[in-house]
Amino acid sequence: MSSATFSVVVAEEAFNPLLPALPDLVWGAVCFVVLLAFFWWKILPTVKKGLDARAEAIEGGIKKAENAQAEAAAALQQYNEQLAEARAEAGRIREAARADGVKILNDLKTQASIEAARITANASAQIEAERQSALVSLRAEVGSLAIDLASGVIGESLTDDKRSAALVDRFLADLEAADLKSARASDKVSR
Amino acid sequence: MALLLNALNSVLPLATDGESEEGVFVGPSIAEFFPEAVLFVGTPFEMNRIMMIRIAVLLSLMLFFYLATRRMSLIPTRAQSIAELGLGLVRVNIAEDLLGKKDAARFLPLLTTFFFLILGMNITGIVPAMNIAGTSVIGIPLLLAVVAYVVFIYAGLKKHPAAFVRNSLFPPGVPWPLYIIVTPIEFVSTFILRPITLTLRLLMNMIVGHLLLVLFFLATSFFFFEVDGVARLFGVGTLAFGFVFTLFEILVAVLQAYVFTLLTTVYIQLALADEH
Repeated sequence: MSSATFSVVVAEEAFNPLLPALPDLVWGAVCFVVLLAFFWWKILPTVKKGLDARAEAIEGGIKKAENAQAEAAAALQQYNEQLAEARAEAGRIREAARADGVKILNDLKTQASIEAARITANASAQIEAERQSALVSLRAEVGSLAIDLASGVIGESLTDDKRSAALVDRFLADLEAADLKSARASDKVSR
Repeated sequence: MALLLNALNSVLPLATDGESEEGVFVGPSIAEFFPEAVLFVGTPFEMNRIMMIRIAVLLSLMLFFYLATRRMSLIPTRAQSIAELGLGLVRVNIAEDLLGKKDAARFLPLLTTFFFLILGMNITGIVPAMNIAGTSVIGIPLLLAVVAYVVFIYAGLKKHPAAFVRNSLFPPGVPWPLYIIVTPIEFVSTFILRPITLTLRLLMNMIVGHLLLVLFFLATSFFFFEVDGVARLFGVGTLAFGFVFTLFEILVAVLQAYVFTLLTTVYIQLALADEH
């Protein structure tokens, strides 16, 4: 039985697997050439382009990220600088305000004291003027009053103008002398 | 070559010997790889189902890569990620690692085509309803090996004809009397054996892989349906082996595509190298 099978196999050795048949080569060549052309002109260029684009995108992305980071760092630094500047500015303004305050206060003080001095001066000038007017009116009234009184006391008419005038003048001179003395005394007291 | 054929054929009767206990077990034969022509019979474009599988693979590859890279976006879709992964494997791990960026760009279309054509053709060996690798008949392995041969010789001759021949036939650093021995060996290994080993490594892996799978599944069918008694249980074992070898074939499909492409790249690299 086994020998029969064996003989079958030997008989079929008419097929030699190492000898290429023409159609075998033809179809093999067709497959090879078509696939080679397909890869060469279609697939590999497409894929290469795609890979290049990807590499570029990745590199671009990294660069973009780096730029963004640099920008952020720059912005942060700028912000910090601005903050420091603002703080310094605020300090300066505060100092200036304080100085201004002090100056204003001093000015006000000076002004107030000047004003006070002025008011005081005014007041004393007014008082002086009133005293003078009072003095003048008083002198006039005292003159006539004294003549009337004296006329009554001495019982003689003082119509003789020369004598009456001399009398009044002498009286007033006495009065002025007394008055001057008292004013000097009061001046001395006030100083 | 005759040895390989013998080895190949001797596997089959031995295998059938072991399993033909009752009934008649017919193992797979080399005729598996020569199915009847169905289209354009008698012309150079004669098609059998393996040729049709090749065309299907070609169209599938083109469709996948077209759709996956139709709209290349910065954030890849799933299909685009897979396509980029595959293309990246060839570009970075094979071409750029061995050739450097500049030369890799020159040979990349060829190497990419090699890798995906072989991978696609290999994987049909385990695709249901196809079940045979497009590379399991000699056409494609031979053709690609010849292309690789022409390309590495062209690369070497174009860059530096004298240095290429000297490096290939008279490796530097060998005392001159030894060239009497070394030069013929180098000649045979570089200019004769390279394309042959490329062809046969791929072809035989695919042929043997297919025969093994057919053997396991035929045996499973035989044990389950044509044998009585306890011997049927052998079918479970052969089925399990068939499953395991199916997984193994996936590995082999990827590995052979990788090895073929890698060796082609190495040959190009050696041809371009200034000194060995």
